[in-house]
Amino acid sequence: MQKRISNLPFHDTPEQAQKLDEVIEGLKGQPGAVMPALHEAQEIYGYLPIEVQKKIAEGLDVSLEEVYGVSTFYSQFSLTPKGRNHISVCLGTACYVKGSDKVLERLTQRLGIQPEECTEDGAFSLTACRCIGACGLAPVMTVNEDVYGRLVPEDVDQILAKYTE
Amino acid sequence: MYRSNVLVCGGTGCTSSHSEQIIERLNEEIKAQGLEKEVNVIRTGCFGLCALGPIMVVYPEGAFYSRVTPEDVPEIVSEHLLKGRIVKRLLYQETVVDDNTTKSLNETTFYAKQMRIALRNCGVINPEKIDEYIALDGYAALGKVLTEMTPQEVIDLMLASGLRGRGGAGFPTGLKWKFAAANDADQKYACCNADEGDPGAFMDRSVLEGDPHSVLEAMAIAGYAIGASQGYIYIRAEYPIAVKRLQIAIQQAREYGLLGKNIFNSGFDFDIDIRLGAGAFVCGEETALMTSIEGKRGEPRVRPPFPALKGLFGKPTVLNNVETYANIPQIILKGADWFRSIGTEKSPGTKVFALGGKITNTGLVEVPMGTTLREVVEEIGGGVPGGHTFKAAQTGGPSGGCIPAKLIDTPIDYDNLIAIGSMMGSGGLIVMDETTCMVDIAKFFLEFTVDESCGKCTPCRVGTKRLLEILNKITSGNGTLEDIDKMEELCYYIKENSLCGLGQTAPNPVLSTLKYYRDEYVAHVTEHRCPAGACKALTNYTIDADKCKGCTLCARNCPVGAISGTVKQPHVIDTNKCIKCGVCMEKCKFGAVVKK
Repeated sequence: MQKRISNLPFHDTPEQAQKLDEVIEGLKGQPGAVMPALHEAQEIYGYLPIEVQKKIAEGLDVSLEEVYGVSTFYSQFSLTPKGRNHISVCLGTACYVKGSDKVLERLTQRLGIQPEECTEDGAFSLTACRCIGACGLAPVMTVNEDVYGRLVPEDVDQILAKYTE
Repeated sequence: MYRSNVLVCGGTGCTSSHSEQIIERLNEEIKAQGLEKEVNVIRTGCFGLCALGPIMVVYPEGAFYSRVTPEDVPEIVSEHLLKGRIVKRLLYQETVVDDNTTKSLNETTFYAKQMRIALRNCGVINPEKIDEYIALDGYAALGKVLTEMTPQEVIDLMLASGLRGRGGAGFPTGLKWKFAAANDADQKYACCNADEGDPGAFMDRSVLEGDPHSVLEAMAIAGYAIGASQGYIYIRAEYPIAVKRLQIAIQQAREYGLLGKNIFNSGFDFDIDIRLGAGAFVCGEETALMTSIEGKRGEPRVRPPFPALKGLFGKPTVLNNVETYANIPQIILKGADWFRSIGTEKSPGTKVFALGGKITNTGLVEVPMGTTLREVVEEIGGGVPGGHTFKAAQTGGPSGGCIPAKLIDTPIDYDNLIAIGSMMGSGGLIVMDETTCMVDIAKFFLEFTVDESCGKCTPCRVGTKRLLEILNKITSGNGTLEDIDKMEELCYYIKENSLCGLGQTAPNPVLSTLKYYRDEYVAHVTEHRCPAGACKALTNYTIDADKCKGCTLCARNCPVGAISGTVKQPHVIDTNKCIKCGVCMEKCKFGAVVKK
């Protein structure tokens, strides 16, 4: 998948930096450590800024190319920060056949952003995701941990309103 | 002993529709009524009938409550659990015979034709308690294998059963084991493919959520048969509930000595670890999966050497799919003849299908191989809702094809599906009606494969992209008849020259829709018309002036202000402004908006 890469300035807290150091220390020397390190780093920062990937590469003594190769290969790894509310619209076959593309389209219109982007105020980010396996509720979208099923495009406004207070 | 057992589905589908809150509320209400010593609440795996979720079943009556809300809970507790009066209004209507009697779930059309082997414990036991699995013959097969059988006998039994891989290709499981057993090495691996990437298929997730121990047990059996002491389960990170239950199950199995050193005092050691995927469809391919477990970009490798010789970390490896594993303990306990008595000669046993799309009973069904598509769609699935007609069923996901309505009586097994240009795949079965455009569906799957192609080999990386470009050209009304022929030729080229299964099967959605729905492609090209009315560039919305009452509802709802007109006068859509969202058509109460 085409990855969008953030050009926002990177800031981290001393706590985040320390956590990352601990993760790298724990994985040093293990075969196949890059993926678990990226999973954990994404937990800490919410996404994978290039500065963090550089640190992982140095810490695990692998080239940055290898780390970057892995982080851009897998769709779960995000190189852009997520908004305070993260919306995923399922584009699995069952949801697509039931019109989830129209739900996604309504969201892009309402939020003024495309999938894999974040609104300027940082309130919402949007992504089109692969099947989450809730096909019985198709079409489905998730906002953070909340799942909304059996949607029609008109439901979007009401759902967004819940998160804009 | 409890007087009543309340089973609440804790699968992903029902959890998404708030079954957790129902369980919380149940426990509160039961406590408030002082019933906590009499009534037991159990969170189970998937019942299969996801369309009716959240699902709750109360035993001993077997009352099947559907679409329960937390607000319904006090009534169920005070009426049913306290006073013994079933709350009829909340029952799945098919289980209500008349006013006073209900029938068993197994007699409803959804369940009657099903036969549950892989799903035998889903929706029956609490997956987070190993004792419940053991109570239903759990780990008896592993005990039998380790104490009574040699590895060769296990392999012979698997060969005799005729079990074929449920992940898609249908390769005989026994043969895989035989090859891996024959290769000597200091370390071998028995792995499980739980990277269920096929959109619309969720049986592996349901097995892991509802019955994780059956997979662990079968992996240990595979390990014994081929001489492996370590197993890995590669599972999608998108399945958090399944991951959590697997972690619990592995921990419990270790505590009981069913994983680890010297299992059943037989001298056999076997342990299992989980590896999380990170969202790459190609990692469902066996060599790519192993590369990913090694922590690299999940790109496939050239075969041969096959994994049975050089697999994970260069060692002999067996990799089976979740559903395949879930069948194995039963085959060990009941024998090859029993398994062969189910299904067809070349495809023994059952297959789980995930029914989705335009069908009434979306959910998971397990039927003997050889069941016809008609039985699955019309009887078990309850047909197409909303007065629409069945147009096609799509199986095999992005690697599969469409089965048109005229072939609805085809008995489903591996070989029949390949013969008609589709494939079993992992068992996703998406039903489509006349409003689904087959060119658009082919385009949908190609968008998927273009995204998911790993980029290692040119035919797949470049070829799928060119296919998608041609499909975009056709669906936007700019295609030519020559494009269709060119596209077909390109399909065969990609199939023959791609490195792995992803590329080799990526053109299937195009080829199968071309085979059965070529007229739709031609209509897009020559008449600039989408027969199903799905391709936006080829459809226009207009208002029938005779039917329009001038109620202004459409104009008020149009998001781009493309509709003009005065009250009580027919309205008009400005096609230049119109974004074809279809809101006007949905809102119009008089059927005056027409799509052409």
